[in-house]
Amino acid sequence: MGHKHAHPEKAWQAIRTEAIESLLNEINVLSSDDVDRVVKHYEENVGPKTGARVIARAWVDPEFKKRLLADGLAACEELGIGGPETELLHVVENTSTVHNVVVCTLCSCYPWPILGLPPVWYKSSAYRSRLVREPRKVLSEMGVVLADEIEVRVWDSVSEIRYLVMPERPENTEQLSEAELIDLISRDHMIGVARDITLNSQEN
Amino acid sequence: MNGIHDMGGLHGFGAVTVDPDEPVFTSRWGSRIFCMTQVIDTLGVWNLDEHRHEIELMATEAYLSDTYYGRWMFAMERILERRNILSREEVDHRVQEIASDKRQFTPVQSAGRNWPLAEGDKVPWGAWRKEKTVQPEFSEGQWVRVRNIHPPGHTRVTNYTRGKAGEVFRVNAQAWVFPDTRAHYRGENLQAVYTVRFDAQTLWGEEYAEPNSYVYIDLSENHLESIQED
Repeated sequence: MGHKHAHPEKAWQAIRTEAIESLLNEINVLSSDDVDRVVKHYEENVGPKTGARVIARAWVDPEFKKRLLADGLAACEELGIGGPETELLHVVENTSTVHNVVVCTLCSCYPWPILGLPPVWYKSSAYRSRLVREPRKVLSEMGVVLADEIEVRVWDSVSEIRYLVMPERPENTEQLSEAELIDLISRDHMIGVARDITLNSQEN
Repeated sequence: MNGIHDMGGLHGFGAVTVDPDEPVFTSRWGSRIFCMTQVIDTLGVWNLDEHRHEIELMATEAYLSDTYYGRWMFAMERILERRNILSREEVDHRVQEIASDKRQFTPVQSAGRNWPLAEGDKVPWGAWRKEKTVQPEFSEGQWVRVRNIHPPGHTRVTNYTRGKAGEVFRVNAQAWVFPDTRAHYRGENLQAVYTVRFDAQTLWGEEYAEPNSYVYIDLSENHLESIQED
């Protein structure tokens, strides 16, 4: 493409990355095939759908839900879910009187094997700085307006423990299959920057 | 260290900007840096706390103007150079060759390079040690205070909680590695991690705190002290 790039710094970073990768191949630290496999894993295998499977199962299976709340990672493993960056998982449950939302103020810790990689906004200075101090304001700007009676719990996940929000199962969904329930649950519900689950539109 | 990475509570960053159609990776080079790091994570080259701390050592202006994966590139290069695996000079030279469309790159020299790593030099990975146990000092429901400490090196005790009192919500009694020392190769110092609940008013003051809001944060035992009841 001949047009000028708005962010010229990206060009040097692309070249520098290529240089590092070619050198690491030559000195046998890694192979680009291995790197390709990891890229493919994150682009195709894991993502919010993985977390939605966990939540939907908890909605339809009370025994699974108990196990999930007791030991999140062990319950995820029952569904074949696991991987790096999550060695202990706590699932926190939204109720009519409690809303949970997750952040990492120090870097951008996130449950990769359960939700895939975090979106850019989750890693942004604005989200990381503000959520702990003014969660209601941030949430309202993101579309979640909470009455004062609803307790807000912000989970600042700065240790190696990861958090996943379990949204409330919406009413009148008894007839829906587990697969249909999965489609209702978005990444934002499981971070906690979305709360209500709408039956007619598919969010993600 | 009291660096820009410790962002909790800072003012001035504006609104959270959301791109609803964001792909998994927003640039190809970012995907390569992230995934190369994932591969190197398994090779015993660094530990995760050291990697995080390396990012914290970026100059403030660079940290703020760079992207997330740009910070990871910075950390990767610096640690590989420190470990004598890949030098900055080699990377700079290769960059010039790529930029000038050279067909053939200068072959790398293996003499003096610390690769492959000797078994004994490999750095263990993992956040907690399943084969070990610890005796937690604090218990659920107990009130604790976060130590008011400002270590110049790596730490996971956030500035906005230091000196503040909160209630232990959960004892994570696994044998967790203490990041503050592991980052600097001063031992793993296995200890419990506590989820501590803070009232927003305690953290931000009555005048500024939002109503009915709480922050839960995970802190190592060494970051906490008991509150003396008199």
